[in-house]
Amino acid sequence: MKKVQAIIIGGGSAGLSAAVTLKKNGIEDVLVIEKDEEPGGILEQCIHNGFGLQTFQEQLSGPAYAERFVRMAEELNVRILLNTTVTKLTADRVVEYVNSEEGAVQVQADAVILAVGCYERPRGGINITGTRPAGIYTAGQAQRYLNIDGYMVGKRVFILGSGDIGLIMARRMTLEGAKVIGVAELMPYSNGLPRNMKQCLEDFDIPLYLSHTVSKVFGKDRLEKIEMVAVDENRNPIAGSEQYFDVDTLLLSVGLIPENHLADHAGIRMDPSTKGPVVDDRYMTSEEGIFACGNGLHVHDLVDYVSLQAARAAEGAAAYLRNGSPKGTPLCIKNGNQVSYCVPSQFYPEDPAEKLTVYFRVRTPMDNQQLVIRSGDKVIRTLKKRKLLPSVMEEAVLLKKDMEGLTEDITVEITEVAS
Amino acid sequence: MYDVVIIGAGITGTMLSWKLSRSRLKIAVLEKENDVAEGATMANSAAIHVGYDPEDGTLKAELNVKGAQQYESICEMLHCGYKTVGAFIAACGAEEEAHLDVLAARADARGIPYRFLSRDEALAEEPSLSDNVTKVLDFYTTAVVYPWEVAAACMEVACTNGVELHLNTPCQSIEKTPKGWLIRTPAGDFETKYIVNAAGVHAAQIHAMVAEPEWQATPRKGEYYVLDEDAKPVRHIIFPVPSKEKGKGVLAVPTVFGNTLIGPNSDFQEDPDDNGTSEAGLAYVRANIGKTLKNIPLNRSIRTFAGVRPTTTSPDFIVEEVSGAPHFIDAVSIESPGLASAPAVADRIISILAETLDMPENPDAVMTRKAPVILKLMTPEERSRLIAENPAYGKMICRCMQVSEGEIVDAIRRPCGARTVKGVKKRVGPGFGRCQGGFCEPKVVQILARELGISPLEVVYDSEKSNILQSENRI
Repeated sequence: MKKVQAIIIGGGSAGLSAAVTLKKNGIEDVLVIEKDEEPGGILEQCIHNGFGLQTFQEQLSGPAYAERFVRMAEELNVRILLNTTVTKLTADRVVEYVNSEEGAVQVQADAVILAVGCYERPRGGINITGTRPAGIYTAGQAQRYLNIDGYMVGKRVFILGSGDIGLIMARRMTLEGAKVIGVAELMPYSNGLPRNMKQCLEDFDIPLYLSHTVSKVFGKDRLEKIEMVAVDENRNPIAGSEQYFDVDTLLLSVGLIPENHLADHAGIRMDPSTKGPVVDDRYMTSEEGIFACGNGLHVHDLVDYVSLQAARAAEGAAAYLRNGSPKGTPLCIKNGNQVSYCVPSQFYPEDPAEKLTVYFRVRTPMDNQQLVIRSGDKVIRTLKKRKLLPSVMEEAVLLKKDMEGLTEDITVEITEVAS
Repeated sequence: MYDVVIIGAGITGTMLSWKLSRSRLKIAVLEKENDVAEGATMANSAAIHVGYDPEDGTLKAELNVKGAQQYESICEMLHCGYKTVGAFIAACGAEEEAHLDVLAARADARGIPYRFLSRDEALAEEPSLSDNVTKVLDFYTTAVVYPWEVAAACMEVACTNGVELHLNTPCQSIEKTPKGWLIRTPAGDFETKYIVNAAGVHAAQIHAMVAEPEWQATPRKGEYYVLDEDAKPVRHIIFPVPSKEKGKGVLAVPTVFGNTLIGPNSDFQEDPDDNGTSEAGLAYVRANIGKTLKNIPLNRSIRTFAGVRPTTTSPDFIVEEVSGAPHFIDAVSIESPGLASAPAVADRIISILAETLDMPENPDAVMTRKAPVILKLMTPEERSRLIAENPAYGKMICRCMQVSEGEIVDAIRRPCGARTVKGVKKRVGPGFGRCQGGFCEPKVVQILARELGISPLEVVYDSEKSNILQSENRI
């Protein structure tokens, strides 16, 4: 069996950043495996602006952002296998892939970085009843038809879910001549970034229906009509609130889910709160030498953070290749009050990282709260937070001295500010 | 002049066409939809029930047992997925346990193997059984298939043997002629000596074109959840104890490639074409699966669907020549276990035909089909060999179900091949996985357009008017 020092599964924003960082950290033998004909992943269909403000201090389109990393990877002689799909991963890091040139190949890697991305929750993942006609797409699928293949999927469009891709597509389809009738959001607040609410809906007078959902669709061949209902505080439909819109297209932007089939089958432990693997402060999963990053780990709101965290995962993998696993047994970083998830969710008190940024999300929008990080009763840090939104990823930095010698799990929680 | 025209390309019509294609008869299958297996065959529990459920003395009981016995060898001949998973009938309490004994007695009389399991023995194999379950009757030879795959395979071989398949050809009227029947359709007239009415939920309309039916159609809808293949809550089909009122109840079915079906409900409805899901129906499924199973991860649902069963006021299958309409044969009221019974329904129709129709063997008929390439079932070495011959097998299109471009092209080029996105899905699987086509559908559209020599704008999802793309984007 062929041997490779480090295999990165996925050549999108996470995989490319991880590859570049591995090379910069002195790991020479790096192989990126990408299923599409070009590296860049989903960025290739994101032709709108707004990428790279953190990483490059300028506004780039998705393909332009990807191009920067592709160029860096080329300069560092990263090997990228294109049109190649990984079909299997084992806990002892045998990667099986398939492509047209080599056939089905097994490779033994010393380290594997999962940078597999996420997929969009389909209609069947939420409860939209009715017929099953053509004309219902996930937002990213419609985006691909439009921006890669060059086809509009419809003329009269309704969008369910105020996630960022849905908002971006509301603007994009309007600019291309479609009529976007409205956007419904199940929650009483938007799930998209504030700037996308403004630039994609408000600027185009597209109505946003908060606390509403699409409950039923009609049409035998192609979508003809949708039923929208208001929902109560428990997200149950309110009888009598039905409204009907004649549309030929429904776009769903109702959540992204980390793609974890390979990890699952390799026996890697999953975190039910992120639906991605559990990782420690080096971004290593429950299986030694297998790391995870990007939207396959947890869904990010900005690509800049994907690149940044993938670089941290690659640093973790490089350290592992040099020194092996961290010493001791890990403790957990737990979701406390109002916190829906934390990544990473494990650390090594006997061998902590120099600096650990914990990324987390809150469950509901809140103003003027306090972030508290504690280990048992010991408060490590408190921080005032003026505004907290579920759609905006938050972070908290832990230093080596904060983690060293701790004997109890760390909890990240939000509390009322004592007045 | 045809010898036999079969109306309806569901599992009954296609199975019959396959079996009849052994003969030299001139046969046409008329299907009103844009593909085979579009009605009840597309949307059911996918189980080959072994035949313990139908009452003694019914045609259902006879044909179910005989049909189920043929499935494994049919699937072998046609290279269709067939997976023996076993069926747990889960009894809750003494009254239901007593009914298990009734089922076991029927099974004894019909030669169906079974075993009883105590609660603990059953739990060891199915940890998700609910706390109510006290005893299990395991019909361990029960299997699952993909019904639409079997129907398409039957049709493919029948077409290879000379049977004509006419899609988008609804039957508008039927007239008696001196030599037989004249069927009028928008696609032209069909003159035939015999007609087999295998029109599923529309069988009453077809029957009414030649005679007043003595039964009425009472279609019943069944709704289902499909769970992600990695969720795998059960290994066997889990049934509640059947009842006369509620039929087989809400089941959990592990399908051939690992998705799990949860359903169905069973509601009467007026419109035989309405296969939409409803909140009430799905709520019934959610509430009732809890009788036999706990912790079913419905949050890992990737799709919901509904099918309409061709039930009628007749409690039994009707497979007979219609009185007053010679050479017009009904295969109607083929509700559950219609899938399992289909081979025997076909045999019964053939024996009715044989009473008056000479069926000379066609020495050139080939009853098997070439095994389709299924890469995910192969070793890396086997895959590499194939990819070396045809690089399209190395290009993965559907990552969820691991389907290559080569397999999709095969599905399109085969006789009775896929012409639609759903047709590709039915035959080789892209779109059945957790992304439900989110990633692969655009690629499947491109492949269909290229193979069929049409624009992507003309590619349809399912029916003739179900276009996916609406216009080219002005750039």
